[in-house]
Amino acid sequence: MKIIVAIKQVPIRDSQLRVDASGKWIQEGDLSFEINEPDAYALEEALQLKEKHGGEVIALCAGPARAAQTIREALAKGADRAIHIEEENLNTLDTLGVAKLLAAAAETENPDLLLTGLQSDDLGYGQTGVVAAELLGLPHSTIIMNVDVEGSNIKVKRELEDGWFQNIAMPLPAVLTIQSGINKLRYATLMGIKKAKTKEIKRLTAAELGGAPASIAVIEKIYVPQKTKQAQIFEGDAKSSAAKLVEKLKFEVRVI
Amino acid sequence: MSVLVILEQQGGKWHRMSWETLAAGQQLGAALGEPVEAGVVGAGVGALAQEAAAKKLARVYAVEHDLLKDYTADGYTAAVEALIRKANPKIVLFPHTYQVRDFAPKLATRFNQVLVSDVIATRFDAGTPVFVRLLFQGKLNGDVRVSGTGPWFASIQAGAWRADSLEAGSAPVETLVPPLDASKIRQKPEAPFRESARAVDLTAAEIIVSVGRGIKEKENIPVVEELAKALGAELAASRPICDAGWLPMERQVGSSGQTVAPKVYLAVGISGAIQHLVGMKGAKTIVAINKDANAPIFEVADYGIVGDLFEVVPALVEEVKKAKA
Repeated sequence: MKIIVAIKQVPIRDSQLRVDASGKWIQEGDLSFEINEPDAYALEEALQLKEKHGGEVIALCAGPARAAQTIREALAKGADRAIHIEEENLNTLDTLGVAKLLAAAAETENPDLLLTGLQSDDLGYGQTGVVAAELLGLPHSTIIMNVDVEGSNIKVKRELEDGWFQNIAMPLPAVLTIQSGINKLRYATLMGIKKAKTKEIKRLTAAELGGAPASIAVIEKIYVPQKTKQAQIFEGDAKSSAAKLVEKLKFEVRVI
Repeated sequence: MSVLVILEQQGGKWHRMSWETLAAGQQLGAALGEPVEAGVVGAGVGALAQEAAAKKLARVYAVEHDLLKDYTADGYTAAVEALIRKANPKIVLFPHTYQVRDFAPKLATRFNQVLVSDVIATRFDAGTPVFVRLLFQGKLNGDVRVSGTGPWFASIQAGAWRADSLEAGSAPVETLVPPLDASKIRQKPEAPFRESARAVDLTAAEIIVSVGRGIKEKENIPVVEELAKALGAELAASRPICDAGWLPMERQVGSSGQTVAPKVYLAVGISGAIQHLVGMKGAKTIVAINKDANAPIFEVADYGIVGDLFEVVPALVEEVKKAKA
């Protein structure tokens, strides 16, 4: 089966974020970037499905030039080839704009499955896969914890709230958004890293994909949230701050 | 023109976030001077629609069809699409539930619109709405302005509005039978299930010590176990810890795990992503121990220690033992 995995590059998890001069985005200059975590699970799921059923895994990434690093890592882990929609200003597009680019690129490949993570760690809209499914006219399901291919159908395990799950069957081709923890992530092997250097990365621009529409939803301003509650922070070394906290727990909260 | 609020029910039971979203809708309607309408979707939802009609609303739509008995993305998208085409609202609000995440982006796309998801506040200026939402796992907020002719779509975060601020009233109920075609509903859902009976009921715990990514490795779990033991607390975790199998899934707190409200919740090495916060912000006292002073967990904490948990937690164990001696 032919599987496309849409992946996104985001600032690494522990980044100290600062708002840039425009007030509309973060300063990216001093940040490091990595694959969006749920997308890493989507990639792993695609690789495992290919190992089981044969076929091809194509990594699809919309992002600036720096995203090439994340794409190389996906190839090193086992993706067969990649498509890089190279645009510097993707963060000014809304979900519909980005999904239109991804869907246009995916459409030319006619995949059996389009996988992506359930949400991104940066914008966190959690919609790209669902919007792409509608644009492509494909059935979809979200927050997926298991995928079984049964002939021309799939059965997926969808996570519901409060620890509930549900199995859902649907015909292929389909779009799934993958939940973190669905599988165990692999590391790239030395051989994989070596092989990745010779794998194809097709570069496309937004214009070549028909362009993205003008954004309907625009981030006007980003800022550090105002504290609604002022935590009392205990200062000092570990021992003295621990002692102060225990005093509170004993005499004010009264649980000791 | 109106504000249309889509209420969520499952098997005849309300999702509690429905009322919070309705409160957001009433506030937005008042600010706009527009009537507020509500829709409830399913099979046999007449009684629920009547219940909703006791709120201050201009109209409640019961969107009824046998094919809506079990939720499917295709079925609900078509049903709410029909409702929107009939009601012609300016703004459509949803509770930001797992179900809404599954179909509302598709629905918005059908109208060539964008759903602004997980909204915590709204304002209206210069003729268009501005929705405030979290970015970067809650480290930053963003003001998102939506333009164009609408309808504008937004989903409301759990706990951002209070259901008890809802105004009562009396509204007419109108039944809408959307034109659905079974052959166009591609998802075939089975009955929901739980993996196993929950052996651990965290909701009954007085004290919870909860551990997150900051613990770094499975081998370090005993560090927090010691603290839980010293305090007589239940041990819990954020999602990544359970995903990694370092603690069983049944100890997970958050939107996909248990929702708890203990006397004290100690969050150790937990940054405080919203998916975790919704599961524990009802705790009476929240203590955060984290090396990052900017971690969102400190936003909800009453007491905090900024420091290395591998130094702080053992010191805490010692102090707790001393205090108990």
